[in-house]
Amino acid sequence: MIGLPHFLLLAGVLFSIAVAGVFLNRKNLIVLLMCIELMLLAVNFNFIAFSHWLGDLNGQVFVFFILTVAAAESAIGLAILVVLFRERRGINVDDLDTMRG
Amino acid sequence: MLTTILFYVYASVLVGAALGVVLSKNPVHAALFLVLAFFTSAVLWLLLEAEFLGVVLVLVYVGAVMVLFLFVVMMLDINPATLREGFTKHAPLGALVALIMIAEIGYVVWAKHLGFDLSGAAPAAAAGYSNTKALGAVLYTDYLLPFQLAAVVLLVAIVAAIVLTMRHRPGHKVQDISAQVHVRRADRVRIVKVESARRP
Repeated sequence: MIGLPHFLLLAGVLFSIAVAGVFLNRKNLIVLLMCIELMLLAVNFNFIAFSHWLGDLNGQVFVFFILTVAAAESAIGLAILVVLFRERRGINVDDLDTMRG
Repeated sequence: MLTTILFYVYASVLVGAALGVVLSKNPVHAALFLVLAFFTSAVLWLLLEAEFLGVVLVLVYVGAVMVLFLFVVMMLDINPATLREGFTKHAPLGALVALIMIAEIGYVVWAKHLGFDLSGAAPAAAAGYSNTKALGAVLYTDYLLPFQLAAVVLLVAIVAAIVLTMRHRPGHKVQDISAQVHVRRADRVRIVKVESARRP
């Protein structure tokens, strides 16, 4: 029988894979953004699973807002990425050290 | 029984797709694996009776955000080989952190002594229950102000993305509407007296 712990563990595994992806792909800014999307997806899984088992619709409303903010975040992140590529001809994270003294 | 089979099939596909996003060499493959992850997540959300959000995930994420990702990945001329530097160096640390996090989350999730037990099946929705209708009823009454703020967030994102990526190339011909409006008659029209030619 599929219960709430199954879905919570699935979300936890998804989140952990995304965190490992941030460790592995620390040069590639595009994959870093994709890992953030995966983390947000895992969080949304938790919200929807709790909403379903507790019979509370407010969790789904929160997922709606998280989807909105995540879409805005990825749009602005990709715009910054395009500007960075134009300036530096690459998307290496190590190039982002202009602020370093 | 069918729910159990569907859950395990789609959960394994989802975890495999997430591993593909993290481990694939080519960013295009990573983006396509992320599309697969979103599709399987939408199916799992349908299992959780969140029909509206499942459809929105496919429409908004697969239809808009991932197309944007693919567009940017294909527009930028990046060399995948140079982006993989340090991959094997950081792999043990990343795997260790992920395994520790999975163990911790698993221990917390499977703990029975927390006082509530939700491992049984959830109560099914009544016949004729519309998830979209119920969500809309909550969204347009209790959450009206956050809903409008979400619209403002999207507007700000549009403006920010356009402002960030707009560039002014030299020699680029554009209309200057302010100059067009402020032009006076004297700037454009010059009346000259021309002596008419006389017949010799």
